[in-house]
Amino acid sequence: MLPKDRNKSTLMKWWKLLLASKTGSFGIGIVLLVALTALFAPALAPHDASEVNLAAASLPPVWLDGGQSEHFLGTDRLGRDLLSRIIYGSQISLLVGISSVLVAGFIGIPIGLISGYYGGWIDSVFMRIVDANIAIPVILIALFILGFFNPSLFMFILVVGIATWYTYARVVRSEVLSLKEREYVKAAKSIGVKDYMIFLRHLLPNVTSSIIVISTLSVATTIMVESSLSFLGLGPSAITWGALLSDGREYLATSWWIATFPGIAITITVLGIILLGDWLRDVLDPQSQGSARS
Amino acid sequence: MTYFLKKIAQIVPVLLIISFVVFVFVNVSGDPVVLMLPENASNEEIQAMQEAMGLNKPVIVQYGIFLLNVIQGEFGQSFIYKQEALPIVLERLPATFELMTAAIIISIIIAIPLGVLSAIKKNSALDLFISGSSVLGKAMPNFWLGLMLVLLFSVYFQLFPVSGRGSLAHLILPAITTGTAMAAEITRMLRSKMLDVLHQDYMRTARSKGLSRFSVIYRHGLRNSLLPVITLIAINVSTLVGGALVTEVVFAWPGIGQLVISAVHARDMAVVQACMFVIALLVIGANLIADLLYRVVDPRITYK
Repeated sequence: MLPKDRNKSTLMKWWKLLLASKTGSFGIGIVLLVALTALFAPALAPHDASEVNLAAASLPPVWLDGGQSEHFLGTDRLGRDLLSRIIYGSQISLLVGISSVLVAGFIGIPIGLISGYYGGWIDSVFMRIVDANIAIPVILIALFILGFFNPSLFMFILVVGIATWYTYARVVRSEVLSLKEREYVKAAKSIGVKDYMIFLRHLLPNVTSSIIVISTLSVATTIMVESSLSFLGLGPSAITWGALLSDGREYLATSWWIATFPGIAITITVLGIILLGDWLRDVLDPQSQGSARS
Repeated sequence: MTYFLKKIAQIVPVLLIISFVVFVFVNVSGDPVVLMLPENASNEEIQAMQEAMGLNKPVIVQYGIFLLNVIQGEFGQSFIYKQEALPIVLERLPATFELMTAAIIISIIIAIPLGVLSAIKKNSALDLFISGSSVLGKAMPNFWLGLMLVLLFSVYFQLFPVSGRGSLAHLILPAITTGTAMAAEITRMLRSKMLDVLHQDYMRTARSKGLSRFSVIYRHGLRNSLLPVITLIAINVSTLVGGALVTEVVFAWPGIGQLVISAVHARDMAVVQACMFVIALLVIGANLIADLLYRVVDPRITYK
């Protein structure tokens, strides 16, 4: 079979699997929608996110008395358009969510491989580090590091990645523990294949499914951590969903919409990612059940 | 007994690692003295502090001193409260502990009926609704849920106070806010465990003995499904505490969360460090208790 045909049939297979699952399709639909919103934010947003218009301050959403069609979800106390701010807010959430997961994988995957393959004291040391990491809530680790540094966007991504790497290390390690007992790994080792080649050729490809599943579900976790930190006033930007929500907190009794809609945006996004992740797990790894720790 | 001694022995390296990482951050991030003192500290104050902390000694000695201090519970002076950091944190501990316990209890109260119902009515509309809600419960950020509960129950219906601590009424909304994500996890897990258990032989035996449906499900089915729930709670305690820290800010709950967040904003790092250790011990302690409980509830597990 020609490689091109194979690719095509693989794609078709995935497409059929996706259509077979309602929750999977729903999840991927939401994720695509949010990703496109973030990419085309400037074209989609009806207003500039920080455009102040005091004449239109504290307007309710359009379907309520006093709402204006120009400001679909209403405005905040400075007359800034809430819908536009939520649209722009998706950029930071997705950027931080995805980049921190890359950072976490970059740290956690090699540690998991090394820890599982070599065992012994290296494994003990790494696993105690994982234990130490788990003993402190992710949000507190991030708070601690952010207490020392000014939260630039880059720093922020690094911090969230550092606080969440251990999920990769644990899962990759436990898979490698069983993989290294397989005949082909033992055979490769006995004919003198270098360790790094065993990692790249035999171990890494066999943990890819798990890595894909963890990465997807981890984006949900990191978006949650990012919005929590933003809500606490330690976020990387003033226009993130968490920060918008925090702005609306003081005006909950008078302008409920400011705190409400950014939260719905977070919930829908995280929901989509969880559904996608669960579907990927069912498809890639039918044996495993139960949910990943977030 | 030896099993628990072993467990406790495993805690030591964990605390060593935490202390080492904290030490590295404090030292890498610049002069800790400058961080610990307020911005307008005089040179004499800085020098006195440097000497008091032994900063003119080699790094390894400094870590030794730091470790000794940590063991004695000395994390340095809080420059905001002008007193030792640990007592300030310990003073806040009961409030956080109360919130945490209430959240766990509420999550169990919500999750058990939902998990059982959704398993015995598998694939019904009710099951679909419960399963959907539990995914939603995981996806909602707790601080947003908290604000929405305040909006609904405090602002509109005026049933519960908006914030603060004191009566049981103060506790309900924060506990629901903190416990919802956990309730969602437990519901999901309980559903799948119940589905496994319902097909076991002893369930068929119980039914054939002519026991009532309720008795079969609760006495035989639920009991055997509850064991993994204990483990699930233990695994998620760290996340739960993290959630409690944020919830405290939403409800002005006077616990460690509020303290640590204001300390981070003010860069009162002595307090932040003390919070880290107290919370680490809280999480480790909760895990030990869960372990103990598991062994008490399930006699099949032998002590190793």
